[in-house]
Amino acid sequence: MDAIFLQILNGLDKGSAYALIALGLTLIFGTLGVVNFAHGALFMIGAFCAVTLSRILSASFITIDETRTDFLGNPMEVQTPYAEAWFGPEIGASIIDWAVPLSILFAIPVMLLVGFIMERGLIKYFYKRPHADQILVTFGLAIVLQEVIKYFYGANPIPTPAPEVFRGSMDFGVMLGFDPNVIIYPIWRLVYFLFSLSIIAAVFGFLQFTTFGMVVRAGMADRETVGILGIDIDKRFTIMFGIAAAVAGLAGVMYTPINPPNYHMGMDFLVLSFVVVVVGGMGSLPGAVLAGFLLGILESFASTTWAIGLVPGINQIIIYLVAIVVLLTRPRGLLGRKGVMEE
Amino acid sequence: MTDQTQHTAAGATTNRESRSTGGFLGLKGRDVTLMIVVLILTMAAPIILNPFPQGSSLAQFNAGYPDLMQRFVIFGILAIGFNILFGLTGYLSFGHAAFLGVGSYSTVWMFKLLNYNVLPGLVLAVIVAALFSLLIGYISLRRSGIYFSILTLAFAQMSFALAYSVLTPITNGETGLQVYTSDPQWLRAAGSPDMPHLFGITMRATETVRVGGWSFDFNFGYYFCAVVMVLAFYMAIRIFRSPFGMMLRAVKSNQQRMNYTGLNPRPYTLAAFVISGMYAGLAGGLMASMDPLAGAERMQWTASGEIVLMTILGGAGTLIGPVLGAGLIKYFENIFSKINDGVLHQWFAFMPDGIENALVTIVHPFVGKGWHLTLGLMFMLIVCFLPGGLVEGGKRIATVFRRDRKSGPVEQQAAQKRNAE
Repeated sequence: MDAIFLQILNGLDKGSAYALIALGLTLIFGTLGVVNFAHGALFMIGAFCAVTLSRILSASFITIDETRTDFLGNPMEVQTPYAEAWFGPEIGASIIDWAVPLSILFAIPVMLLVGFIMERGLIKYFYKRPHADQILVTFGLAIVLQEVIKYFYGANPIPTPAPEVFRGSMDFGVMLGFDPNVIIYPIWRLVYFLFSLSIIAAVFGFLQFTTFGMVVRAGMADRETVGILGIDIDKRFTIMFGIAAAVAGLAGVMYTPINPPNYHMGMDFLVLSFVVVVVGGMGSLPGAVLAGFLLGILESFASTTWAIGLVPGINQIIIYLVAIVVLLTRPRGLLGRKGVMEE
Repeated sequence: MTDQTQHTAAGATTNRESRSTGGFLGLKGRDVTLMIVVLILTMAAPIILNPFPQGSSLAQFNAGYPDLMQRFVIFGILAIGFNILFGLTGYLSFGHAAFLGVGSYSTVWMFKLLNYNVLPGLVLAVIVAALFSLLIGYISLRRSGIYFSILTLAFAQMSFALAYSVLTPITNGETGLQVYTSDPQWLRAAGSPDMPHLFGITMRATETVRVGGWSFDFNFGYYFCAVVMVLAFYMAIRIFRSPFGMMLRAVKSNQQRMNYTGLNPRPYTLAAFVISGMYAGLAGGLMASMDPLAGAERMQWTASGEIVLMTILGGAGTLIGPVLGAGLIKYFENIFSKINDGVLHQWFAFMPDGIENALVTIVHPFVGKGWHLTLGLMFMLIVCFLPGGLVEGGKRIATVFRRDRKSGPVEQQAAQKRNAE
């Protein structure tokens, strides 16, 4: 029982990332009808927003402290971050410590802007083109974006730690009545899971309970009619694209402490999130979330020694295997609607 | 099964054409010209690709060295095959690298078991790739559109993951499959070369001819691949012009209509899938013949993405486009990536220092290690403005020139009308 529970927990963090990226992909597909292969790149840009902000916050100036000497006997150079100089050492240090969560505030406007520019500058011209063209142009865009990031940040992964409070692990099992030391779980992964749940809830709430969301849902069902009713649906869809970009970006921001970001992390996640979207059903938002968590957890179960002993290599192929089975037996995915992408 | 389809289809064309125009090897008018152009270009490639004398500052743009030329034609074969599937039927496969990898593995296994002669290896590569693509195609082609792309992607990624982990006894995992001295090589004759060869002539045999400042390498491996590519290209033309090719186009333009006409598109698409898989297997086999090593990374999805890039860049659905695209990408990868800051400074040396430095700073991100950026931008521009790829670009330029020559308003209108159509 506790082993099963542990594997479910282990699958949650990856599952959360899959779910968030797949949610954004589905939002874009459902509203604009565009297959966005650059969505992984948006996830990566989000992660690099966190890197950038933590670099900005820890920007420091060098003073020479005459009273101390380094090991060569020269006066020691002391680096003082601006944050500590301006806000006092304690507040400054905690600002630097909390760089990753603070990046959320930084990433939202940046990602919205990136999304708007992408939609108005490029995607707009591809509504009427075939899906293959959309895939190809966004694939090209993804290459360009990741090369730009590589140019500025280099090819190596950049470790970006979580705040001090959330580092380390906690004995999660005790709280739920299991024996101590059975279920040890890193705290940040729990934070990531809760964070992604709240983002998912926010997106669904926004679509379900606001007038704007209602119009967007109406537009998803029948774009033309909404347009005839005198609503500027294109503008709202552009905003939805920005929101989808922000969702991917936030998933990236919070993922940095789990996996140090590098320029090709977007591509790595892209393939899997597409599989997730297809398993969930193209165009179905709950399907994307469900499939994201499901595949994340399945992957974690397949990585246990027991599963690998049973079927060697199962941990590497489980997601693809599930995708193939689902596509062949339930072509519309788990929760897909009829007639989506079935030309 | 596919071979049969192909032969009957090709045979039908031959009969009809021999009745109407006669033709050359079953080719008509412009195809003969195209075929001859390709033949001349591939045969003279060691000279054409080495336009700059040795030791000159532009010598680094020479692409006429055996290794790169081999890659040009091998990836050319791959792209030609991919184009038969994507260009004609419109099915976008994101898993073609799997067949490439399977082909490479089979050829290296033949080297290990029989001897270093490449023929059995290539034959096995094509057969295994055909069987493998028959299996994957049979399942994947039950869906179309993006579902098909995802299915092929999933299969290819699975093959890649398995080749890395569980199938290590067959694929030798991360090290890559290679020939060891302890391998049996049952059919190996005494005194035969210790590297891939064709009846005794090794693939590395190179004749270097020096003419003035120029030096040209005529490599046997390259010519072997080039001959295979010309044959592959000929087959592709025949498929494009055959009734079978027509059926494939019908699948792309309107599958529903085809269904209503009473035709089942599945056998045709499956045949196209298997044929293009065989091309990929052949390319993989040739790759292993040039360098007897096969690694799993050849099957990764980025490799499949590269094949797609090549085909689109050159022009999907055209005959020569994919070959051009393959050449362009490989040229970029090997030559363009060598331009570093030193070279840039040399180029802009004639300008005042300030401008020189500024120009170098601007150009720097796009060349050398940043060649992917240029490739991505170029690819995006082509998808946006030239959906027909380089071939369409060439056609447009050609029409502009033609218009200039005979600038009658009537002809212009006619040309525009043609373009619009």
